[in-house]
Amino acid sequence: MKKLIVVLALAFTLLTSFTTLVPSPAVAGPESYIAQTVVGQTAKAAAPAQSAPAKVEADRRITITIFCIFIAFTLGIVYWAAKRTTTTGDYYAAASSITGVQNGWAMAGDFMSAASFLGVTGLISLFGFDGMMYAIGTSFAYVTLLLIMAEPCRNVGKYTVGDILSFRASPVPVRATMAFAAVLLSVMYLVVQMVGGGKLMELLLGIPYPWAVVFVGILMMIYVVFGGMIATTWVQIIKAGLLMGGGIVLFLLMASHFGFSPRRFFSEVVSSKPIQSWVQLVLLKQPIAEPGFEYGRRFLEPALLQKNVWDQISLGVGSFLLGVAGMPHILMRFFTVPDAKAARKSVVVAMILIGTFFVMVTLLGLGAAIIVTPQSISAVDKGGNMANLLMGHLLGANISPIVGDVLLAFLCAVAFATILAVVAGLVLAAAGAIAHDVWTNIIRRGQASQREQVMAARITSCIVAIVSIVIGIVSETVNVAHLATLAFAIAASGVVPAVVFSLFWRKMTTTGICAVLLVGTVVSLVLVLVSPNMTYPKIVADGAKVQITSLEKKVTNGQTLTDKEKGDLEKAQKTYEANKDGTSIMGLDRPLFPLRNPGIVSAPIGFLAAIIFSLLFPSRREEEKFDEMYVRQTTGLGISQLTET
Amino acid sequence: MKEQQRVDWAQIAANPKFVDLHRKKVRFLFGWWAISTIIYVIFLVCANLAGKLFAWPVIGDINFGYLAILGLFIYCWFIAGFYASWANRVADKITGDLIEELKEGGM
Repeated sequence: MKKLIVVLALAFTLLTSFTTLVPSPAVAGPESYIAQTVVGQTAKAAAPAQSAPAKVEADRRITITIFCIFIAFTLGIVYWAAKRTTTTGDYYAAASSITGVQNGWAMAGDFMSAASFLGVTGLISLFGFDGMMYAIGTSFAYVTLLLIMAEPCRNVGKYTVGDILSFRASPVPVRATMAFAAVLLSVMYLVVQMVGGGKLMELLLGIPYPWAVVFVGILMMIYVVFGGMIATTWVQIIKAGLLMGGGIVLFLLMASHFGFSPRRFFSEVVSSKPIQSWVQLVLLKQPIAEPGFEYGRRFLEPALLQKNVWDQISLGVGSFLLGVAGMPHILMRFFTVPDAKAARKSVVVAMILIGTFFVMVTLLGLGAAIIVTPQSISAVDKGGNMANLLMGHLLGANISPIVGDVLLAFLCAVAFATILAVVAGLVLAAAGAIAHDVWTNIIRRGQASQREQVMAARITSCIVAIVSIVIGIVSETVNVAHLATLAFAIAASGVVPAVVFSLFWRKMTTTGICAVLLVGTVVSLVLVLVSPNMTYPKIVADGAKVQITSLEKKVTNGQTLTDKEKGDLEKAQKTYEANKDGTSIMGLDRPLFPLRNPGIVSAPIGFLAAIIFSLLFPSRREEEKFDEMYVRQTTGLGISQLTET
Repeated sequence: MKEQQRVDWAQIAANPKFVDLHRKKVRFLFGWWAISTIIYVIFLVCANLAGKLFAWPVIGDINFGYLAILGLFIYCWFIAGFYASWANRVADKITGDLIEELKEGGM
């Protein structure tokens, strides 16, 4: 039955996207200029960094039609789910009735986000090889989930991470600290997604940023408040299907452009003139080409973006290998399946999907660099987020202009759908921590009726959603990217050691759990605040100073400046004046901690804190209860108590 | 919950079948996790320090770096498949036997 719904959803969306083809003259927008400019650019080739199209705009009518169909369909699911959501088991864990394969799609969906489909492709199209580090990192993150987290979490957890931790520790302090960490993590990650989503909608549809955030926020609120985990899971599954479908279509179109030949594909990367000049001028900053140096080949080699090996390891091990495994919205996914076998199966399915998806992403990124050129991609969006969309539009337009429009509109609609699905999961994770851990188990001491608990969960979801909408609107001009770094660092150095030690180490105690969560959070926070992620005005001023000196030198040498250079000089002087006496938020001139990703330092500190505090404050009662936990997490005995409410 | 309190967990924990199961599981899971981590870290370090190796064009213009990335994806698939088959063959079987034995013992 449920499989049928997914198939119908896919068929329906595809069908409607084709029916929109029919009234072609009416729908065909005036934006085929992008294709022309881009094609023109590719043809010009050798010339460095041309002026490129300033924006990309999807045909509003087609995009909105497709998106409305998605919304209508998902709201239908919410209605269906709301009728089935009466107990807390339904609300937080979809009554543990999701199958392994379904949950696998949903888990994959959690990491096949707009950030990966648009962002990682963009990074690859701008920085080549180094962008692929993000693709492979996500794939490895699931190794930890599969081997360490999946089965034990399913076997002893009920609705939240707090349930796992409080199994043998004193519930009140452990739940309170874990709820604090979970809410902090989820809201940080949520804000990053909301701001990204809002900006994307503004860029693509011309909807003003605040409205875009409110729109996304209200939809996610409806999904979570009424549909709970059942609706969130199904929205995630459908979205994962759409994204996978969209990715495959785009990939096949691109592959056919290169005659399905990997050799030809890579030789075109190497011989592409725009890529060569991009690497030489923008990435390596060499105004004069080194004779005989193959800049095109350099694009396929590491260290164009990430130059510090410690940062590389910190990102890989800290954020991906450990960080992802500690995100509450991911761990919560394990509670939606009935047993450990299904939990295992869901990670296996997710790994197959994620791997396929990211192998496509690596090639799509390189393809976009050849077809659209890095210059045009960065001209539309500095972070490269539009690479896939530009390429889709261009490749579609090669067939017929309307195909380009529809493909672009379809990809945009899928991108919004991915944002919606991911934020819904995050709201649910934060609401679960507040309503289940704090309200039900601490304030009401587990005495609340089912009705009251579900009501509390719904009200909390509402509040979390509203708070994140407000933060999202306020953060429009703030750089929120480091919040994601911070969220993964806290997960890696607080949540992961807490969960792993309480599952596998007899001597882990309440004090140890609370200590590791707090130490992990504080250390990560401090390290990020004094890291190069923050803005350091004096460094900005130094950069401006260099520019000023070089331009002034030109003047003293008797050369006249062009108008553009005069403008640059004035701007640099202003920047210098504004920043020369400033300090970072922490009052620093220079970063104290050299790495952008704190994981490599904060995670070992977290693990050490867990060991030290547990040994300092041992608890016999908790040690005695370890046998029960260990037997249950290994064998799954007694699981029926957790899945039946 | 009442029924749960009568279960002697320490006794199950001392059951030879359980000891066998948990030893095999921990060895397999943490062992493969450690191996995966080492492979991944070697890859990250090489990406930064062994630029020459990664630049080596192996098939046409496809260089060692891209093949290494593909290799890692394949490794992830391998781990997923290998663990699933191991768990189905070994761990689930012992777990089944253990639960059977406990039921007979009147749990």
